[in-house]
Amino acid sequence: MEKLIFEKSVEGRRGVTFPTEALEGFSVDQVLPKEFQREIPLPLPEVSENELMRHYTRLSQDNYGVDTGFYPLGSCTMKYNPKINEDVARFPGFSQVHPLQPKEASQGALELIYELEQILSEISGMAGISLQPAAGAQGELTGMLITRAYHQGQGRQRRKVVIPDSAHGTNPASAHLAGFTVQTVRSNRNGLLDIDDLAKVVDEDTAALMLTNPNTLGLFERQIEEIVRIVHDAGALMYLDGANLNALLGLTRPGDMGFDLVHFNLHKTFSTPHGGGGPGAGPVGVASSLIPYLPFPVIQKAEGRYLLDSNRPQSIGRVHGFYGNFGILVRAYTYIRRLGAIGLSAVSRNAILNANYLKKKLEAHYPVPMDRSCMHEFVVSAKAFREKGIHAWDIAKRLIDYGFYPPTVNFPLIVPEALMIEPPESESRETLDAFAAAMLEIRKEIDQAPEKLLGAPDTCTVGRMNEVQAAKQLNVRYEPK
Amino acid sequence: MIPEDLRYHKDHEWVRANGKRAVVGISDFAQENLGDIVYLEMPKLGLVVKVGDEITEIESTKTTSPLYAPVGGTIVSINEVLEDKPELINQDAYHDGWIVAIEMNQPKELEQLMTDEDYETFLQKEEH
Repeated sequence: MEKLIFEKSVEGRRGVTFPTEALEGFSVDQVLPKEFQREIPLPLPEVSENELMRHYTRLSQDNYGVDTGFYPLGSCTMKYNPKINEDVARFPGFSQVHPLQPKEASQGALELIYELEQILSEISGMAGISLQPAAGAQGELTGMLITRAYHQGQGRQRRKVVIPDSAHGTNPASAHLAGFTVQTVRSNRNGLLDIDDLAKVVDEDTAALMLTNPNTLGLFERQIEEIVRIVHDAGALMYLDGANLNALLGLTRPGDMGFDLVHFNLHKTFSTPHGGGGPGAGPVGVASSLIPYLPFPVIQKAEGRYLLDSNRPQSIGRVHGFYGNFGILVRAYTYIRRLGAIGLSAVSRNAILNANYLKKKLEAHYPVPMDRSCMHEFVVSAKAFREKGIHAWDIAKRLIDYGFYPPTVNFPLIVPEALMIEPPESESRETLDAFAAAMLEIRKEIDQAPEKLLGAPDTCTVGRMNEVQAAKQLNVRYEPK
Repeated sequence: MIPEDLRYHKDHEWVRANGKRAVVGISDFAQENLGDIVYLEMPKLGLVVKVGDEITEIESTKTTSPLYAPVGGTIVSINEVLEDKPELINQDAYHDGWIVAIEMNQPKELEQLMTDEDYETFLQKEEH
């Protein structure tokens, strides 16, 4: 295993040498009072430039990403990120603007923001868009804050948000953070929202239903119109968790289904990088009645010029500095404009086709609990293998040895030993066949050599972690000797 | 094996009743589905709960799951060993892995809970 950069440190070794003449007669005391100076020198690693490069290059080669292989991580839509997105984001007109420069000098950037809002509005059927939230979960929180402001604007206090038991964990977290209590509504035997349970749970205290459609089993909520009617009849709002929008582009629209709010994950649906926790973008779309509550500033177009309006008395306020993570918006805009309307609907059609193709290849070997045609992803259960001592994550770890990133495991919570598989549109039939072949090999190993799964992965720099110890005794700080 | 001498709640809590005192834990089915339990938020002594109220949260390597009150009353005792050894719930769900004891204010609520046979049938239905 690669040593830490600190462990490679040799006292006095340097990557660069600074000129000393310029500093002659200079003392740190001249610019920084003694009380703010370190007493012990910062223990930075001392290495040469080539050692540094080799170290980080080797570490990067241990990474697995969409540029190295298939990444069927359900609910996360790990599609390929086209490199033209990166070229466009580096155009000087986009990369060298500053949000504080005069608006007359940044009209091009503002135009892109304005147009991306128009495009997302068209795709989703929502009247107003804010591109500010920096991630899906922040989009959810923004949506929940808008929900709260809306009900307060109607002169009423509603305390409850209803969320299905199959939802992403971020949904109850976001509702809670916005001051709501959460009530769970059950899924029925078909893996869809239980309408009878919903009708019982939704009442005059309900602020919103947060729904994912297609849901986390990859199934389209066929009774969506009835669901919307129940929720709207109670005066509550419909919130769409847009994690699974990759199944809907150009086929149907949240606004047409009756949703009042939706968040987008540009990194899932519109090919911006997921990487490293950000920067990201989780725009929010709302119905026309909610536009006054959107975060400010709001971009507007008047007489061919673009301007930012911060005079929004009913707005929930700012959710991000300036106008969100602009570089990410450029990448999503590039992706959408490159594909066009026909291309985008082909994205969803191919994503659905890929998922159903793979499901057909696997379903005889791995039980699919809620079995019908899926949308862009599907869930198999490894529960039948428990008696052999095999769990979902043993299959996941073994897949790494076969060269694939594992699917999402143990989610959604309503399926025991779930493996949630999402093959995005950007994957070829050959890739899907290779993945299915690996899954079938592993299925044989479960019967004939289960120890191969229990010991996996064998081929990585780092073997199987002790998950319990990792959760209880996390230690990620290097302490110099 | 589902012990005969306990009563069961639909959210997979068990109750061992003795007079007004009810010892509460989660079933073997529940611990199996949660996977390795890594943390139990210590419940509050003296907390007054009614049936279905959330008592605390159990965190496993897979998920975080609430512990619901199968009967109403006051929490009079907590299994403090679980603070350092939450894995006892995995190892011995029905004995050493007990979580709280509740002083029931209406012991008749026990009649609403499932017997071992009811619970077995319930589990079969849950598993489709």
